[in-house]
Amino acid sequence: MSAPDRIPPTSAGAGLPHESAHLHVTGRATYVDDVPAPVGTLHAALGLSNLAHGRLLSLDLSAVRAAPGVRAVITAADIPGLNDCGPVRRDDPILCAGEILFHGQPLFAVAADSHEQARRAARLARVEAEPLPALLDAESAAAAKSWVLPPVRVQKGDTVTALASAPHRLQGTVRLGGQEHFYLEGQIACALPREDDTLHLLTSTQHPTEMQHVVARALGWRMHQVSAECRRMGGGFGGKESQSAQIACVAAVLAVRTGRPVKLRLDRDDDMRITGKRHDFVIEYEAGFGEDGQIHGLKLVLTSRCGFSADLSGPVNDRAIFHADNAYYLDAVDILSLRGLTHTVSNTAFRGFGGPQGIFAIETVIDDIARHLGRDALDVRRINFYWDSHGDTRNVTHYGMQVEDNVIHPLVTQLSARSDYSVRRAAIDAFNAASPVIKKGLALTPVKFGISFTATFYNQAGALVHVYNDGTVLVSHGGTEMGQGLYTKIRQIVAQEFGLSVDAVRLSATDTSRVPNTSATAASSGTDLNGKAAQAACQAIRRRIAGFVAGRLGVEKDAVVLANGRVSAPGFDAPFAAVVSDAYLARVQLWDAGFYKTPKIHYDPATMQGRPFYYFSYGASVSEVAIDTLTGESKVLRVDILHDVGRSINPAIDIGQIEGGFIQGMGWLTTEELVYASDGGLATHAPSTYKIPAVSDLPRDFRVALFDNANMEDSIHRAKAVGEPPLMLAMSVFFALRDAVAAALGPGARPALDAPATPEAILKALHGGTLS
Amino acid sequence: MSERPIHFYFRGTVQRIEGVSPTRTLLQYLREDVHVTGTKEGCAEGDCGACTVVLGEKVGDALQLKAVNACIQFLPTLDGKALFTVEDLTRLGERTAQLHPVQQALLDTHASQCGFCTPGFAMSLFALYENNPACPDRASICHALDGNLCRCTGYRPQVDALPAAYARPRPHLDRQAVLAALDHLASLPSLEYRAHGQRFTAPRTLAELATARLAHPEARLLAGATDVGLWVTKQLWQLDALIYLGAVAELKIITRDPAGGLVIGAGASLTDAFAALSAAEPAWTELAWRFASTPVRNAGTLGGNVANGSPIGDSMPGLIALGSHIVLQQGERLRRLPLEDFYLAYQKTALEAGEFLRALEIPPTPPGRVFRTWKVSKRSDQDISAVCGAFALQLADGVIHSARIAFGGMAGTPLRARATEAFLTGRTWSRLSLEEAARILANEFTPLDDLRASAAYRRRVAAGLLMRLWLEQDGSAPARLADLEALT
Repeated sequence: MSAPDRIPPTSAGAGLPHESAHLHVTGRATYVDDVPAPVGTLHAALGLSNLAHGRLLSLDLSAVRAAPGVRAVITAADIPGLNDCGPVRRDDPILCAGEILFHGQPLFAVAADSHEQARRAARLARVEAEPLPALLDAESAAAAKSWVLPPVRVQKGDTVTALASAPHRLQGTVRLGGQEHFYLEGQIACALPREDDTLHLLTSTQHPTEMQHVVARALGWRMHQVSAECRRMGGGFGGKESQSAQIACVAAVLAVRTGRPVKLRLDRDDDMRITGKRHDFVIEYEAGFGEDGQIHGLKLVLTSRCGFSADLSGPVNDRAIFHADNAYYLDAVDILSLRGLTHTVSNTAFRGFGGPQGIFAIETVIDDIARHLGRDALDVRRINFYWDSHGDTRNVTHYGMQVEDNVIHPLVTQLSARSDYSVRRAAIDAFNAASPVIKKGLALTPVKFGISFTATFYNQAGALVHVYNDGTVLVSHGGTEMGQGLYTKIRQIVAQEFGLSVDAVRLSATDTSRVPNTSATAASSGTDLNGKAAQAACQAIRRRIAGFVAGRLGVEKDAVVLANGRVSAPGFDAPFAAVVSDAYLARVQLWDAGFYKTPKIHYDPATMQGRPFYYFSYGASVSEVAIDTLTGESKVLRVDILHDVGRSINPAIDIGQIEGGFIQGMGWLTTEELVYASDGGLATHAPSTYKIPAVSDLPRDFRVALFDNANMEDSIHRAKAVGEPPLMLAMSVFFALRDAVAAALGPGARPALDAPATPEAILKALHGGTLS
Repeated sequence: MSERPIHFYFRGTVQRIEGVSPTRTLLQYLREDVHVTGTKEGCAEGDCGACTVVLGEKVGDALQLKAVNACIQFLPTLDGKALFTVEDLTRLGERTAQLHPVQQALLDTHASQCGFCTPGFAMSLFALYENNPACPDRASICHALDGNLCRCTGYRPQVDALPAAYARPRPHLDRQAVLAALDHLASLPSLEYRAHGQRFTAPRTLAELATARLAHPEARLLAGATDVGLWVTKQLWQLDALIYLGAVAELKIITRDPAGGLVIGAGASLTDAFAALSAAEPAWTELAWRFASTPVRNAGTLGGNVANGSPIGDSMPGLIALGSHIVLQQGERLRRLPLEDFYLAYQKTALEAGEFLRALEIPPTPPGRVFRTWKVSKRSDQDISAVCGAFALQLADGVIHSARIAFGGMAGTPLRARATEAFLTGRTWSRLSLEEAARILANEFTPLDDLRASAAYRRRVAAGLLMRLWLEQDGSAPARLADLEALT
């Protein structure tokens, strides 16, 4: 059914608008805060610590309780069940349990008649605390051997010998900043108490089942007492995978306590102070390599700031290890991953989930090697690429997985040709020779990104498909819509299975009472998993419809075709609606559930060996930039991207993911700087101080194309995941900036450029790493 | 002046509002009071644009539409105006049973992903669309969208949407109906609004303002609310008495005297003030484009930027370098001060009790003067400066006859670089002079380390901007990133 030449233009394969686009543009798309609140709804706010680490001595909430409109105030002691909202370990208190763990930690919560009253009241607490020594960054944590999780080491080959015998050796250290998600819709949950000790949650989350689970746990309830619903989020990016839990728990505890609906909507500044971010890293490397730039041995130490709790830091740092090869074969490698426990917000999932940090590490190594040898970095990249997948040489990763689907060679060859890489390289060199103040830079960087949750059990999904007896279809599945177009693609997949146009198919809000035990919509896996599950449900229904028709006509089931809104067979042709109406009367089951689990994957977390990924997504980008050597300001002049999404289910949505991911990655590596004050407080806690890309940062010349490929694995319609991989295409911006700095510094220079490459970071690199 | 409810035109009728706090924001009113939820809250500080709405005012005989941030506009500031939200846009389109062209174009270009910022983009584009009979160029579109953040897309589809909107049939906005309503609102007396023990006074004449200011020296003066709004939404300050400057028509007047000097009323919007400044001295253009965002420039005033006295206000270095004066009024008394003398210390100005800023006077451009003003910040659009510098050199026969150099971000107030100025005065206009001056400049200030930049960076950049002044005049190679745009 899924052969490309048989895909009708109205369903899978078509660049249809987002299924909610008409609602987005009119303001009619409903987010949690837009749902009319029942009469009596209370509004909650959180009281935050202003100390990074300390012992809570007393919490005087009398003024909070006495404030106008206040109906309830809770502390940790008022949580009936477990005071924890952590996804993996039990180290994430919902409300401070005595030890203050970071600046901005919620100490108590208040519910009042209005949002404003709750916020005002939350500022009236009198907090007495004894300060304790605080570790605020990854390096301090490493120096103190303060780990949130034990160090992990992955080794392949004899790195010591490889380094010792290599013709060239280099060492380096680079700092890579974190990133705030800055979803436009802040964290929010609305808890609606219902009869007989049950609760319904409206929550902006990527993980409804986890919300159901942690809320039940916090209430001391069982899971069937809680349901969690999410129709859409105003952006997620990983920031609403585990970080929505605290919000949901507070709303739920207050709702049960007061017996009234409670909405907790975080103010932006509170949101940025309370919720975790992308892990920042300190990357240290030692590389041995040949005259041609081929890496013989590599030693990496990846130290991350995890914050006060484990949250998802284990798998995030694991993924950094898994991506420290990017598209390059490493014969002898020794990676030490250090997971720093600090008294800062607990860092969390963010698009790429550690992968970008691993890729940044190896790209730094490659860039340094090229500069050391005086070679073009693209040549060094090519010589280190995994070889093609047909032989058995140089194609096994450091975690023991054979790279079977490698397309990086043709992809990079095509991209370098369509971007005129060589011609522009020469033109830029000529420009720089004549331009002392403004310098240009160019870089081509590849991406190879592993698709699947590394926690294998997560790679499952369910869907529930209803065909109503008027021929319309309603689909529920476990994935959540955060703007990535999952619902749109599922709608296309389902329409395709029934031969219907997409307007016959609607999606319900994602709700744990419809589809249970769902995985987070994360790891780029939403369409792969839920698409297959929905397809399976459709196929079961379709088989029954075909069987019903075949039985009546006395023909083979296979002779029954569902297409163009009709059901046909030799000598028979009727509208789909008429056939299902008849089938209903004949007592044919017209709904079904579908289930999917990703095949082939396995991996041993103890040894970090196996096949954690079903397949890889590939891409590459070329960026041309310019810097002002007087101020360090920069500008991206042109970007060319070629990206592998397999066989696209919706090219318009995939292009949107690629462009958006690229710009988000560019922001991470350029303007988005998280600054912590000396007291551990986040100084950049609002868009006035934390600068995500704005419209003028859009490259004036931005050329994005899809690489012609089909997934060699049996993924949904042979498509590939697209959520995360494009973020890492932005590496080319950073390395082009580094190229421009190097052009100013002269031959052989390895610029001391940290990320984000703010104007100050660039100016500092131009002055050899210090401005004072 | 008479105590009365707030009146504004919205959804085809005049709305009368009473009993709500005068510091209730327009966004709170829309979302919480009347449950019109298409307009979103993303930051509540005027930085993300998810709450963008369009205000209509009568200017001359015409309806002028401008995008503003609803999250920091206090509800009484809407008095006498027309309000359009994304729901009105849909209604305009519905007459033809279609989406408004701007909305349809956003849909067609796949400009929404999560959709949360989309209504704000629609409104910014709507204002641009309604104000321009033909499609503006790409730079103007970007300029109009510089206050709208999107975290999902890369902005390309939103930029592409406007030309696509112009390619569709144009719906009719009934301006006459709106103007008629605005005329009716103008016939009401000046607004004195009280609720919850708070007072909001909106004089319409300078005389009324002077009287109100003298009578209530403790009242907070409010212009565009682009800063004061945050005191309420972020600091949760209680403001009991506000005197609103936005209804005083005389304060918005901009005049150019025959010699070419400008007098800019303190209540002129940043949009209008920068248009006048840029017309008189093109070097303002780039700064004007990078100053805050379109909705902030539409709401905020030049007088507010100056009187606020922030050390990082971007207009002041240029105004000081140009030798501008300010006119202060207290009752009927007027006094004139050089702008730099207005700033006494961090967040302390020479404004006296009962006094208000009436106007700015910018002297005419003398022949032989080189003027530049540049800001440096992490992001190009809508960012607060790490350093903002301005240079006005009077050149003749290869000699620098006088120099006025002023900076923001280098001290607790906007400040002149007097040692550098003194050094340059009388020197030849040469690379060597500028290099020596740059060394002096680098050590003239003791700026702070903060989240925007280190002190060391600020000093180097100040010196770098002075060198840029030379390099740009020298012209032998590109001196600015902006020059690359001209090259390609």
